[in-house]
Amino acid sequence: MLKIENLQASIDNKLILKGLNLEVKAGEVHAIMGPNGAGKSTLANIIAGKDDYEISSGTIELNGEDLSELAPEERAHNGVFLSFQYPVEIPGVSVTNFIKTAINQTRKAKGLEDMPAKEMLKMIREKSELLEIDRKFLSRSLNEGFSGGEKKRNEIFQMAMLEPKLAILDETDSGLDIDALRIVANGVNKLKSKDNAVIVITHYQRLLEYIVPDFVHVLYDGKIVKTGDASLALELEAKGYDWIKEELVQ
Amino acid sequence: MELKDKLIASYVAFENDIDTSSDIHEIRSKAFQNFEGLGFPTKKLEAWKYTSLNSILKQDYSLFPNKENSIQLADVQKYFIHDIDTYKLVFIDGKYSSFLSETTHDTFDVCLMSSALAKPKYKAVIENYFNKIARKDNLTSLNTAFANEGAYIYIPRNVEVEKPIQIINFTTGSEAATMLQPRNLIVVEQNAHVQIIERHQSLTSNPVLTNAVTEIFAAKDATVDIYKIQNDHKTASLIDNSYIEQKSNSVVSVHTFSFGGNITRNNLNFYQRGEHIDSILKGITIIEGKQHVDHHTMVQHIEPNCESHQDYKGIFDERSTGVFNGKVIVNKEAQKTNAYQKNNNILVSDRATINAKPQLEIFADDVKCSHGCTIGQLDDEALFYMQQRGIPEKEGKALLMFAFANTVLESVKIPEVKQRIAKIIANKLNVKMGFEL
Repeated sequence: MLKIENLQASIDNKLILKGLNLEVKAGEVHAIMGPNGAGKSTLANIIAGKDDYEISSGTIELNGEDLSELAPEERAHNGVFLSFQYPVEIPGVSVTNFIKTAINQTRKAKGLEDMPAKEMLKMIREKSELLEIDRKFLSRSLNEGFSGGEKKRNEIFQMAMLEPKLAILDETDSGLDIDALRIVANGVNKLKSKDNAVIVITHYQRLLEYIVPDFVHVLYDGKIVKTGDASLALELEAKGYDWIKEELVQ
Repeated sequence: MELKDKLIASYVAFENDIDTSSDIHEIRSKAFQNFEGLGFPTKKLEAWKYTSLNSILKQDYSLFPNKENSIQLADVQKYFIHDIDTYKLVFIDGKYSSFLSETTHDTFDVCLMSSALAKPKYKAVIENYFNKIARKDNLTSLNTAFANEGAYIYIPRNVEVEKPIQIINFTTGSEAATMLQPRNLIVVEQNAHVQIIERHQSLTSNPVLTNAVTEIFAAKDATVDIYKIQNDHKTASLIDNSYIEQKSNSVVSVHTFSFGGNITRNNLNFYQRGEHIDSILKGITIIEGKQHVDHHTMVQHIEPNCESHQDYKGIFDERSTGVFNGKVIVNKEAQKTNAYQKNNNILVSDRATINAKPQLEIFADDVKCSHGCTIGQLDDEALFYMQQRGIPEKEGKALLMFAFANTVLESVKIPEVKQRIAKIIANKLNVKMGFEL
């Protein structure tokens, strides 16, 4: 589904990704772990199409199509979803109206009519129940005054509504208490299928107890330096990243 | 001939057409002398520092369009709020159109200034209220000198007017350039309630200059809501001088929606003569090209325990320019005043300009007065967030601007007016979206 080859990218002339390779197939869950500043969020933003970055070499393909020339909304229409580490507050736009607009704009891009209001309401009800979101919450301004946990739950709610092919969860576990973590992970697991894929970016193994990855990658200094199965996350949790740095030196 | 000279020269002709024996004419003559001495405002005056009328004063305006111009309802229907029942006062090139209007003398008067000035029936009200709060400055004096036609609305005690009143001034453009000076008087007696929608609309792109004066009196416990829709051709300029006097416990709100026009200057003045008064001044300005919109507001808190709330939002694209000058005066006696002023602006283009100037003159010591002014750009992070969710850049920008303006739109009490403004904004931002924020 996603194929990244030899990706090099910089921001303000500072090289962040230094030849990154990653392949994610449909039905898989990949975890990307690594110390602060390794380039995890940069990778997520580049896949989503944020234009602050300069890509100097390499390719990003989604289902065989080159993503690098597409606007962020076109990538979204192709099924890319990024759950933001810091979701943006948009005063004056309610959660419901925002998601309605997002869905109908995506449908429009695909040549479809607006989703009938009844169907939309039903879907909103189902997905908000899945994420244990209160009805009142949906009429509030998007992310404005939301707690950290509410913001993240709202991200996964939008993911559930948009049904992406590739979901990237950028530190979705940060700022979540254990109950919220369980609700969010449960939401993600319910949405998982053989046709879509998830990339979980995290510092901690905690989230991976709920969303079990098929692969765990260590991103360090702009490259993926180690790949393993779910047990690698446990090892990182226990031992930190220093042993990997030492391995690299050797 | 310069416009000032032309106006002065035409005054004799104007006098030939009206009753010069009335008391009103004495007021006109004084105002005329006043204008003769003052002339048009220039940028040398502090209040006109950022707005120059030079370019629009050069036109050779027809001052008293004489042709009888009729227009078809079907052609102008779209300028009315037509999905609800309303009273209508419609003027075409400054002349009353009985065909397009819908007036009443039932329990209250919605009629013409020309009749009110002439007929004995209205004499008492005219004597009590006409030109009592209008300032004696240059442009208001000019209007007063030629004051003859406009809306006259009188709502007696305890009357709640059940449908809104629309005042629309059409300019047909049958003359190369037209100058209009409508004069309105609105008197709302104790515990009465009225909603008024006001619009100036030219039907061609021939230049128009409107210098309007409206005086509004809200007696004790009265409620008055005014909606000004300014979405005219980009060749039409408007100077709107509004003066509002409020008595105890009255609530008056004025919403000004400025989207069209060439040069628009809104002089909005509130005088609070009583206690527990609430004055609400709100505006949305969205302009582009070389458009210019100037909001000059003034609220004078004269007695204790009153409030004023100002919230003006502006979005400026291309080379448009905006001015917000908000003056709040709190007299020494006006303790416990709560005056609040907010002015937020977005500059979409690097070449757009806004001059924002809060002016607080506070002479009482136990008051709450605040003002906040921001000038910013659209939030790139928010835009990326929206795009990531599949909302294209253009629609995303529109949604952000719409959300920005929404705090003002929210307080519009007539749903059809709210919808109309939302539609004008969507058109203006060139998006087709079912905004229902």
